[in-house]
Amino acid sequence: MHLITPDFGLFFWMLVTFMLVFIILKRFAWKPIVQALKERENNIREGIENAEQASEELANVKVKSEKVISDAIVERDQLIRQGRELKEKIISEARLQAEAEAKKIVEASKKLIEEEKTAAINQIKVQIASLSVEIAEKILRKKLEDDIMQKELMTSLLDEFKLN
Amino acid sequence: MKSYRKLIRPLITLLLSALIAGQAVKAEHAQLDLQIDAEIDDLGFDPGAFIFDHIADAYDWHLFDIDGKHYSVPLPVILYTRKKGLNIFLSNRFDHGHVAYRGFRIETEGPKKGKIVVALEDGTTDMEAAMPLNLSMTKNVVGMLFAAMVMTGIFLSIGRRYRRKPLEPPKGIQSLFEPIVLFVIDDIVKPAIGENKYEPFLPYLLTLFFFIWINNMLGLIPIFPMGANVTGNISVTAGLALTSFLAVNLSGNKHYWQHIFNTPNVPFFLKLPIPIMPLIELIGIITKPFVLAIRLFANITAGHIITMGFFTLIFIFAQVSPAFGYGGTVLAVGFGIFITFLELLVALIQAYVFTLLTSLFIAAAVDDGH
Repeated sequence: MHLITPDFGLFFWMLVTFMLVFIILKRFAWKPIVQALKERENNIREGIENAEQASEELANVKVKSEKVISDAIVERDQLIRQGRELKEKIISEARLQAEAEAKKIVEASKKLIEEEKTAAINQIKVQIASLSVEIAEKILRKKLEDDIMQKELMTSLLDEFKLN
Repeated sequence: MKSYRKLIRPLITLLLSALIAGQAVKAEHAQLDLQIDAEIDDLGFDPGAFIFDHIADAYDWHLFDIDGKHYSVPLPVILYTRKKGLNIFLSNRFDHGHVAYRGFRIETEGPKKGKIVVALEDGTTDMEAAMPLNLSMTKNVVGMLFAAMVMTGIFLSIGRRYRRKPLEPPKGIQSLFEPIVLFVIDDIVKPAIGENKYEPFLPYLLTLFFFIWINNMLGLIPIFPMGANVTGNISVTAGLALTSFLAVNLSGNKHYWQHIFNTPNVPFFLKLPIPIMPLIELIGIITKPFVLAIRLFANITAGHIITMGFFTLIFIFAQVSPAFGYGGTVLAVGFGIFITFLELLVALIQAYVFTLLTSLFIAAAVDDGH
């Protein structure tokens, strides 16, 4: 067999072999291999994208959480301030109310005392009147034990009447 | 990384062209020298014949000689002639070409030397009869079938794993071939044909690359059933070039054919009345696969010739004197190892070049024009 003259038999077998290998490998090797490589490539790309997205989201979350924390701090301060104000307000109101109440009570008790006083004074007055009447009676009785005195009194009383 | 890549391409091109040119020159020299050797050598050992026996196709697979007796694996001979019909028998019936069998014999001289011809009753060639249709499973066919089986086995098992577990990291032989597959896809096919159009051609180009590469590699292993000079045979490379030709021209679009038959931006007198440009373009269509076939054939054959040449040095030296033979052996084996390593590189590079050029031709055929 010469070196550079093509041989039909070998040419024929070469084409048959190549075609068979091509058909078999195309269906059972290249297709799954290319597909898998592509799938893996996509998977890796997606993975990287997801990771980037996740880190972005994480950064967002961080910013958000910081904002939430700072908001919370502000709100807390506000609440504390409000609470303090409210406390003071309540205390002062309570004080005012208590003062007013106290005043009222004091006034009421003063009034009561006044009333009691007047009532007592009145009672005392009545008693004094009756006592003085009794005393006068007793004195009169004593004084009128003798006639002269009686007469004198009579006359003075009559004089009084006349004057009236 | 980008700039590094830009640098590496011209470097590879330079290296390749140097290698191709160098190998071609070497091949010519080797051939010439060996022919001269063959003519002047009448001491018994004929290095030219020895080397050509090893790189040429054969009807039986020669293993070794002991005491001048040939030991070889017989291969099936398949012949068809209109007169004798289909004949299938093993090549040992020819007894290494010494006898005729069923009216066929291996021609021993003349332009048809080595081919199977129709024999006369007395065992000489029938000069009148036409050549039989010869579909014999020769050494190269068997070597190629073995390589095809190896290749199919490898990629079927890899493909199965990819199908079952596409997202798992590659394992075993898969991790050996995945980078090479990726190299073919990402560094040969995709940049040549373009991101949008490369996919339909991938199966063919991957098959082409690995078919050439595995055949090249197995051709370097000199142990049966490997070591046949498959890709260093012009019929095989012509077959590969034919597939490349079909892939290019069957995928050619309107733009491609317009470029061939009515080349734009060319003065009309180059097309009418004598179609010079279309003729040139048509010649171009044919030369492309032709050059592919010759390049692969020449490179691989040259490699085999050089390697064999170094090993024949041992016998040539030994004929001069035994001491010279032993000394020469060290030298020859050293050079042989060196050339074999070079051949490992050439095996990959030639597969790369064939695939790359086919990709580029396909790219030209499917280009829409800008």
